[in-house]
Amino acid sequence: MTIKSAIRVIGSSTPLNFIGVFLGASIGFATPSLAEQVYVSNEKDNTLSVIDLDTLTVTATIEVGLRPRGITFNKDFSQLYICASDSDSVQVLDVKTQKIIANLPSGVDPEQFALHPNNKDLYISNEDNAIVTVVDTVKREVISQIDVGLEPEGMAISPDGKWVVNTSETSNMLHWIDSDSHELIDNTLVDQRPRHVEFSDDGKTLWASSEIGGTVSVIDVANRTISHVYTFKIPGVYKDKIQPVGITLTHDNRFAFVALGPANHVAVIDIAQQKVIKYLLVGRRVWHLALNGDETRLISSNGISGDVSIIDVKSLTVLKSIKVGRFPWGVAVKP
Amino acid sequence: MNKHPFIATPCLTLWIKLVFALGLRPRMCLCLGLGLGLALSTQITNAAPSVQRDVPVLFLEHVQERPPTLSNIRSAPESSGLDGANVAIADNNTTGRFTGEHYQLTAKLFDDSDGAIAAARVWIDSGNTFIVAKLPAATLLTLSRDEHIAKHAIIFNVSAKDDVLRNEQCQPRLLHTIPSRAMLTDGLAQFLMSKRWKKWLLLRGQREEDKLFSAALKRSAKRFGANIIDEREWQFNSDLRRSAQNEIKLFSQSKDYDVTLIADEIGDIGEYIPYNTWLPRPAAGTQGLTPTGWHWSIEQWGAAQLQNRFTDYAKRDMNDVDYAAWLAVRAIGEAITRTKSNDDTTLYQYLLSDNFQLSAFKGRRLNFRKWNGQLRQPIPLVQPNALISQSPQEGYLHPHSEMDTLGYDRPEVSCAFEAPTL
Repeated sequence: MTIKSAIRVIGSSTPLNFIGVFLGASIGFATPSLAEQVYVSNEKDNTLSVIDLDTLTVTATIEVGLRPRGITFNKDFSQLYICASDSDSVQVLDVKTQKIIANLPSGVDPEQFALHPNNKDLYISNEDNAIVTVVDTVKREVISQIDVGLEPEGMAISPDGKWVVNTSETSNMLHWIDSDSHELIDNTLVDQRPRHVEFSDDGKTLWASSEIGGTVSVIDVANRTISHVYTFKIPGVYKDKIQPVGITLTHDNRFAFVALGPANHVAVIDIAQQKVIKYLLVGRRVWHLALNGDETRLISSNGISGDVSIIDVKSLTVLKSIKVGRFPWGVAVKP
Repeated sequence: MNKHPFIATPCLTLWIKLVFALGLRPRMCLCLGLGLGLALSTQITNAAPSVQRDVPVLFLEHVQERPPTLSNIRSAPESSGLDGANVAIADNNTTGRFTGEHYQLTAKLFDDSDGAIAAARVWIDSGNTFIVAKLPAATLLTLSRDEHIAKHAIIFNVSAKDDVLRNEQCQPRLLHTIPSRAMLTDGLAQFLMSKRWKKWLLLRGQREEDKLFSAALKRSAKRFGANIIDEREWQFNSDLRRSAQNEIKLFSQSKDYDVTLIADEIGDIGEYIPYNTWLPRPAAGTQGLTPTGWHWSIEQWGAAQLQNRFTDYAKRDMNDVDYAAWLAVRAIGEAITRTKSNDDTTLYQYLLSDNFQLSAFKGRRLNFRKWNGQLRQPIPLVQPNALISQSPQEGYLHPHSEMDTLGYDRPEVSCAFEAPTL
């Protein structure tokens, strides 16, 4: 399968604008602004949308492989890794030229992944066959494959690089993998359909969302047991529609943000109080979340409405929604 | 359970499918091959607990003869149910690698009721608990009332849609993962009412199950405010394949109706009703827009993964009986994993408790109704090549669970189904 990469310039209504962006693209600078860039994967369009976080407009749309879902940057933000699920490949986008420069071997149906702090090893969930694939991104080869539970999805690596945690959606488990030996060490049973995991910056807690269980579990990393379970309640929204998926935590461990799927809201948790302090109305079926560099902005991908919501973190208000491609899924911010 | 003395000879073709212990699935093998091809240094690691516990499950079927039909229908595969159970056994074993459980399916198929019940007795006498039953209502009732069996068994009904099993005749330790007819017709009725298609012309066949489906439709109409303008039973004995264009037109001649409702479970002539009606109206029921437990076109909430696993294994599409059997075996898996118990009463109590929840690709957590053992679940509405909608529809509210707007609710159920207390 050949995967094309190209840049389409969209959303330029005035000729001057068009020429400016076009020239930029033709000499290899598709993103001339110095503002932060938000990259969004559009699952049903096979594209990425690039948003300028200052002007809050889509500046480029990049064609990638089939059914792009998880996306993540390398440490210096020079490359973006893309799970092209239906191409059975993890693609590497060169951020400067915005061209796909490599397809990494990923195993079948990669959905989410995490990059080890060594900036080299990529841990990939292969949703269709109960395996985690470890890829050396430098040598571009598979180092190891690890058997996990049914429908592996969420993936996170502890800040010290010791633990790799994978969620399996139908086994309802968090699998704890030792990153040195690639051995599966332990399993933590959580509520139905765990989708996403996130370590706190201090590495002491792990947060896991259960989409069908409707809960978020906080796990004590030292003993790998659940220390707290959050539930959610939004007036006027039926309880079964509250389906937590994406989670993101602020670096100071003050807030946790939880995307609640078809409830169309993002929950704001005050971690010290162990309490949901606000629900922010965003677009339809909100999947994933990302914070910008100084954590003043939170970005949510809203699958069904085909847009992203930009949230001001200080005032906890939604500033704007921006139309992207069909079924936006993954979000990553480049400073 | 190595000997099967009760199997009758006509079941010989099904005999091949007996006693499964699943290994790697084809897709997994393919992936491993790819992985190895990509990098020869690839290693597969697996941390398995040292102690293994076996969980035996019996798949018990009373094979039904297919009545002749006028239509050239595609009949349901003989392996319906059994294939779904086998996929769930493999799914449970994927989890079981980490929890130390090994699930084994023993399949026994009979062409008579007595053989099936005798096999169930032997199964329970050998100290087993779980029976996944693809049995007609009468056999199922005999089975679940058998004192010998009922004391220790947990039986999952995966095929009988009869409402009587959930109402007057409900039995303790008999759980239902297939939706009842009332759940199906309520799901359909909610959709029709949301379209404001309130006037129904009901056309039905002569068979007993058609009368039951028709009765369920009438109950749903009353429940949700639809008006059945007429109910007609067909007596066709000519070859409708050649004459439907004229016959159905006359048969459906009536004053204004919004939709024709068809009650024809075996598919005798129902397939010929859409497009041939007197008025240009949509058709729904057992043909046309159809309520069902499952359909191959469902793909949300990760259903695509289940569909892939099923078609890889069975080389065909997954149907509602396969899904009901998959649900039954997965429910067993959840009970075992969460309780860590061998005790049948503890397991049964857990299955009916508020703590039990099953994620099953329909976007809601499923659990059993404490008053009759029916698994609550959304009802997909499908046409042959697409999912059209899924009930409960928006706006149908319920104080306990929106899914309880489908089928008989607690106050309507008269039987004494004693939910165990924890």
